[in-house]
Amino acid sequence: MAFAAFASTTAPTTDAPARRRSKVALLLLLPGILYLVLFFLAPLVSLILTSLQAPSEFGDIGMYSYAFRWENYAAVIEQYWPHILRSFGYALIATVLALAFSYPLAYFIGVTARRWPLLQSLMLVLVIAPFFISFLLRTLAWKQILSDESFLVTSLKAVSLLAPDAHLTGTAFSVIFGLTYNFIPFMTLPLYTTLERLDLRYLEAGNDLYASGFHTFRTVTLPLSMPGIVAGTLLTFIPAAGDYINASRDFLGGADTQMIGNVIEANFLVLLNYPAAAALSLILMTVILVIVGVYVKRAGTEELL
Amino acid sequence: MTRISFGKWLLPLYAALALIFLMVPIVYTFIFSFNDSLKSNITWRGFTLDKWLHVCAVQNGAVCQAFGNSLVIGLVATVIATTLGTMIAIALVRYRFKFRSATSLLLFLPMATPEVVLGAGLAAQFLSLGVPKDMLTIILAHTMFCISFVVVTVKARVAGLDPALEEAGRDLYGSPGQVFARITFPLLLPGILAAALLSFALSFDDFIITNFNSGAVTTFPKYIYISASRGIPAEANVIASAVFILALVLVVTAQVSSAARAKRQAGLG
Repeated sequence: MAFAAFASTTAPTTDAPARRRSKVALLLLLPGILYLVLFFLAPLVSLILTSLQAPSEFGDIGMYSYAFRWENYAAVIEQYWPHILRSFGYALIATVLALAFSYPLAYFIGVTARRWPLLQSLMLVLVIAPFFISFLLRTLAWKQILSDESFLVTSLKAVSLLAPDAHLTGTAFSVIFGLTYNFIPFMTLPLYTTLERLDLRYLEAGNDLYASGFHTFRTVTLPLSMPGIVAGTLLTFIPAAGDYINASRDFLGGADTQMIGNVIEANFLVLLNYPAAAALSLILMTVILVIVGVYVKRAGTEELL
Repeated sequence: MTRISFGKWLLPLYAALALIFLMVPIVYTFIFSFNDSLKSNITWRGFTLDKWLHVCAVQNGAVCQAFGNSLVIGLVATVIATTLGTMIAIALVRYRFKFRSATSLLLFLPMATPEVVLGAGLAAQFLSLGVPKDMLTIILAHTMFCISFVVVTVKARVAGLDPALEEAGRDLYGSPGQVFARITFPLLLPGILAAALLSFALSFDDFIITNFNSGAVTTFPKYIYISASRGIPAEANVIASAVFILALVLVVTAQVSSAARAKRQAGLG
């Protein structure tokens, strides 16, 4: 019996118990998969159909009929290409900044602090602590810290580090700052996970072979931490590209920092232009999936889930 | 070891500063929960405990109602997503079946899709089916995006589970139900709890998907979004700070108890 269990975990079997087990697998999978089909896949199909809709012939706002208006895509790209480019630009800069910020931090927690497990877990708790406070409130806190009347901005102006008529909020700077801050934990955690498993003997070997610290880092540490870098950059880039809270005018953004998410929200919930919102959503999703696909293939990390 | 160089202290110093930087808006939010503010909570007007003592007093309890909605939605979505996700995780690790890679892809895609797309997609579907947006549509939406995260979290735990333990249960004539209830489930419990906490946290703090599927229902993040233009009362800071402290206590307790368990096991071995 114990032997059969061993066999069933190592190789596929074709005997009767195996067939019964595959029925169990089906029962375990079915409810969840069905749920995702109904509430993830079907909405994507809805989104595709909506993106091709034409305005109703009676001209009512918010009323559309099913059609195959591919022009919808050309129209939104023509109207919103600055928002589309801006979203990916902001997300890319925020991802690079978050990586630069997180790598030394994750290295310290995962490698240097290995001797002190308590300190290590305390620091990890601090890294994820921003998750425990409302995303919107912490973004608003930054808005107030960076606002024109704030202590920080008035001091910077007093010592002439900032021009007297300069603003920090409502600019590309504040939006990218907010995106970077809000997604840092998503970058730090996967980096920590790979660096924590880094075998220090490789670094010693580099040292023994008279490699400089930088050379060892570039040829040993960096390649070994690649899975963490790939996971972290994706976990940061994807939500950052679709985010519309940081760029919203009531938060850190202004009139000319609007991102694709803001436009999707405005078209769907305010202008009731569902086809435009759907077309923009699908453009965003397609670009992200293409980037993810190419990136994962080049970086060579197949098993993401 | 006695040589103290600048380079040696650079990294710890950086890590300390980086962690302080991460704490800045949290501390800010916490401090302003004690602000004796009027309508909006932007300038410091003096210390008070009032907002903590009378959280629900403001705006006929609108903040508390939104908070209550978030709790209910979070709890229901967590229970459903954790159940469905745990079942999938067990199936993925323990069984071989057809369409395995299609299943993995279906689980991976919701995590790789920006929230605004998930939100707009569901809203488009509810719109075309004529489903009115309320509490139920929010719960359906939250459950959907939590499932994948539950699968990833529980899967790691299932993979670390020794199948011989369940086999021993079967050898002792335990029924499949008994084996699951007495062996599999208790061993998976820490992973399941972690997944449930994660999915509650994701649901509780979600704004983007909620905004598309909530209709007139207000959750805590949506309340903040709506109030952002006219000023957020300090009571919102009170609730956020209280949730923060609770979550912190929970996580630290879990860390300490798992460290103690590891120590005990190391002692036994």
